[in-house]
Amino acid sequence: MNRRSTPATLALYATLAFGALVMLLPLAWMLLTSLKTYPEILRNPAPWLPARPQWGNYSAVLAGFAYYRFFLNSVFVAVMVIAGTILTCCPAAYAFAFYDVKHKDLIFGALLATLMLPAQVTVIPLFKAFATLHWVNTYLPLIVPSWLGGNVFGIFLLRQFFRTIPRSFIEAARLDGASEWAILWRLVVPMSLPAVLTVAVFTFLWSWNDLFNPLVYLQSESLGTLPVGLLYFIARAEQLTGGSIGQVPWHLVMALATVMVTPVIVLFAFVQRRFVEGVAASGVKG
Amino acid sequence: MNRRRAELFWFCLFAGPALLGFVAFNLWPMLDSLWLSFCQYEVIAPPRFIGLQNYRYLFTYDPSFWPSVKVTLVFTAVQVPLAIGAALALALLLNQPVRGRGFWRAVYFLPSILPQAAFAVVFGYIFQADGGLLNRGLALFGVPGTAWTTSPTWALPVLIVISLWGFGYPMVIFLAALQDVPRELYEAAHIDGAGAWARFRHVTLPLISPIIFFNVVMGVISALKVFDLAYAFSVAQAQPTPGGPARATLFYGLNLYEQAFGYFHMGLASAMAWLLFAFILVITFINFRAGRRWVHYGD
Repeated sequence: MNRRSTPATLALYATLAFGALVMLLPLAWMLLTSLKTYPEILRNPAPWLPARPQWGNYSAVLAGFAYYRFFLNSVFVAVMVIAGTILTCCPAAYAFAFYDVKHKDLIFGALLATLMLPAQVTVIPLFKAFATLHWVNTYLPLIVPSWLGGNVFGIFLLRQFFRTIPRSFIEAARLDGASEWAILWRLVVPMSLPAVLTVAVFTFLWSWNDLFNPLVYLQSESLGTLPVGLLYFIARAEQLTGGSIGQVPWHLVMALATVMVTPVIVLFAFVQRRFVEGVAASGVKG
Repeated sequence: MNRRRAELFWFCLFAGPALLGFVAFNLWPMLDSLWLSFCQYEVIAPPRFIGLQNYRYLFTYDPSFWPSVKVTLVFTAVQVPLAIGAALALALLLNQPVRGRGFWRAVYFLPSILPQAAFAVVFGYIFQADGGLLNRGLALFGVPGTAWTTSPTWALPVLIVISLWGFGYPMVIFLAALQDVPRELYEAAHIDGAGAWARFRHVTLPLISPIIFFNVVMGVISALKVFDLAYAFSVAQAQPTPGGPARATLFYGLNLYEQAFGYFHMGLASAMAWLLFAFILVITFINFRAGRRWVHYGD
């Protein structure tokens, strides 16, 4: 058995390692490019490795292009969106998990159906409405929906998890005189931390990576989040170099991309097991 | 009686914000968008009812509508099977008794959660004609490269390749499903003399068919909505208008965005949005009908 499986095992690990290399190649090339000098970038072909790593590229883009502003904007929007999502999705999930109300399942079904509704359908009426409210070119269109349970998938995931809590726990807490609010935040949420964490991470990714909504609603450059900031920078660099892609300062562009990607990777490194299991559960149960 | 009213009260209080959000940010805009699709609406003047003219214009005159439909359908038809296939293949590999399964799973999953805008930019550099990583790699094998990103033939395949880095979600879901397949079934099949392929074909495949079905539906829906990737790619390639070269990457979502926020043809764009929505509904419905025939829902 062992003798036979050795070559197969070797092939398995070789395949996995090769695939992993391919998966990580773009990230590696991004990082290496971000550490080169401009002359190195302009050389054809550019060297594989920088002669000396130019960490100064990072301070150049963060300060010189005021990229730190885009970073802070992204952080601000993400924090507000996560806060709103947790504060409104937890109670909603609790309500759908534990209260017996007429037509509850029908209402929940309608909520879930919005997952099929493409953002392209709602964006024009919402833009019209936000323009009337003078909210365009503020963060409100990005943040307010999340304070009204905007993450339906989050409500779904939390409800699935809440329902595994025995009702007798809730009843016992009620008999002890705990209010519904206290039961939610002191009993149910602490018991469901993996699910709450998964929803928070999902929300972070959705907000941090989003290009579409900031592009539609934020017109001043100073309000931009990281994805729009990256594109502003490229567009400007292309203007400066007369639209020649070969001369775009790719080392700086890659430094910006690295700044945008790093928080996601760091976060993932900490939460990956819980998060991946949350994703898996969503598909298998859904 | 008292209990029921109390529950209703708390239900409204707890679910209220989400229900308000449902009406304000989904239900109302959905209906308003349907209404706008029958209007001429260019922002400066209030919407004016024009019946089906937006739809007629899209189907008969608009030079960009059908090209964008074609780009999106080709992308979906090629990308979804490849991504689902890759996800299933990797899940099967990772379902073997491998060491460090969590590590491999994390590495393969990671690109799926990174911002698509950043990915589009980085890959734009990799696919560059002069000194791009791909062409240099090909040169090592003596294969001549080409100007991938500026060629109307290659630009869409390039975007398909880029998007294949994002198969992490279906992979993770497959892996969880595979781990739910009872071991006894494999042992029984093994005793009956079934080889590896027969075990896959007659044990694994029927048991995970609902999951394949789920992943295909989700994959199709997200492929039809592609925006971030295509938009960022266009900007990174210094294309004068998004969707180039020669409309080769004019995805439906990109075209819709341009109509709405580039030219402010908001009525026309609403008609496009509703066609997309209707198409998604039909596809999902057909999938469910077809799924009933070959998906095995066993308990």
